[in-house]
Amino acid sequence: MAKHETPLLDQLESGPWPSFVSDIKQEAENRAKNANNVEFQVKQDVCEDILGVLELSYKHGRTHWKHGGIVGVFGYGGGVIGRYCDQPEMFPGVAHFHTIRVNQPAGKFYNTEWLRNLCDLWEFRGSGITNMHGSTGDIVFLGTVTEQLEEIFFELTHKHGQDLGGSGSNLRTPSDCIGEARCEYACYDTQALCHFLTNEYQDELHRPAFPYKFKFKFDGCPNCCVASIARSDMSFIGTWRDDIQVDQEAVAAYVGGEFPPNAGAHKDGNWGPFDIQKEVIDLCPTDCMKYEDGKLEINNKECTRCMHCINVMPRALKKGKETGLSILVGAKAPILDGAQMGSLLVPFVKVEEPYEEITEVIEAIWDWWMEEGKNRERLGELIKRQGFQAMLDAVGIDPVPQHVKEPRSNPYIFWKEDEVPGGWQRDVNEFRKYHQR
Amino acid sequence: MDEAAARDIIVEKLKGKKGKSKFYLKDFYAFFPEEKPRTVKKLVNTMVSEGTLEYWSSGSTTLIGLKGVGKQAHAEDED
Repeated sequence: MAKHETPLLDQLESGPWPSFVSDIKQEAENRAKNANNVEFQVKQDVCEDILGVLELSYKHGRTHWKHGGIVGVFGYGGGVIGRYCDQPEMFPGVAHFHTIRVNQPAGKFYNTEWLRNLCDLWEFRGSGITNMHGSTGDIVFLGTVTEQLEEIFFELTHKHGQDLGGSGSNLRTPSDCIGEARCEYACYDTQALCHFLTNEYQDELHRPAFPYKFKFKFDGCPNCCVASIARSDMSFIGTWRDDIQVDQEAVAAYVGGEFPPNAGAHKDGNWGPFDIQKEVIDLCPTDCMKYEDGKLEINNKECTRCMHCINVMPRALKKGKETGLSILVGAKAPILDGAQMGSLLVPFVKVEEPYEEITEVIEAIWDWWMEEGKNRERLGELIKRQGFQAMLDAVGIDPVPQHVKEPRSNPYIFWKEDEVPGGWQRDVNEFRKYHQR
Repeated sequence: MDEAAARDIIVEKLKGKKGKSKFYLKDFYAFFPEEKPRTVKKLVNTMVSEGTLEYWSSGSTTLIGLKGVGKQAHAEDED
């Protein structure tokens, strides 16, 4: 029988979706049986107590966690988040229930042995409960005691070659898509850049450096599989600056039904035969395509890299040959406020070692934010408060048309007096010679 | 920046703040208005490694204070 009655939690298991309650109950059972004779370093019934305290929180309608703390590992100012229960007598297993963030491998490539080793470590020295690549993107170990922190850190770094991730006012664990390793759309090597910047900015990752959190995310193409444009303060999105490559024979094969659209992803639906006009041309957001006399034409200057046509007909359309990335800044996905998308800062930069063109932008942005940002103000909020132009001035980037969302209806960039010949002063008499009042 | 003098200024300023034991990194920048934030950040982090200061993290934000000062250490059962 369970240590604590949990009628409210039990209801969560009755819905159609898999429940975390069932997962924790399963781990509680595993720990109780202890089939592998693990010498648990935290209480064996920790999972029972986590269910108990959660049930109590549901009953009381208030939390029983004291969130935050001074705990950490030596030399690091991030990666460990202290958490304590305010009912330790009732739930001794979770009196300490600290979180550890583990820096996931670039592209989230790992093998089952590595994963098993991490899970074994966490069963031995923690609660056994993990959160794999949730909203923070990294690997999260939930629930251990203070005495185990240094032991876990030592084993992670020395046995498994694995570092802690970022938390607090640090650079957070950089996150990237699988990139060129498996994806033909990738316009640059996301894993190489993610790995390079993770190493380059170790100090910012492990020691508090900023007014608040700062996130890098790397997407190999504008499909944005890691959603960098929506959830990172600085997002690096692959793009190209020449033309989309078109194979007209393959286009004809799609039109003729020889190739399934969307690589067959929607073939089970009752969509009828592929209609290139309806499913591609009419859906282009900038109307830059036409299909006439069996030939597809693209006005590449108007293309905004929405990726729809390439996604629908990947065998016929490919990214351009001259590839690089765009840098966008200022996105955030807060819980209470609405999400804010990134704004384009650098339209195109080649991705070449030693990545100096990229690190120059990063460090200029950081210098401005560290100087001007208020406590707990994200980069995107600072940009909104002071204006995009103030940021351009601070980082030394000239305004370009790509910075303007709707140039014909909203010029957005304003001239400053020293940029205009003669400044704001003029000779009115000279003006009146040509213009009547 | 004379590093030894800067360390003394940090300790002195923090001791002088009554009723508050944890501070944002930006509060430290204000002690040295002439210095670049990055220089101050490095010194503060060094002082944490040396054991003069300590971090407090909520998970999303990090605060810094004199080691052992404030109720946190006792409240967390870490002393």
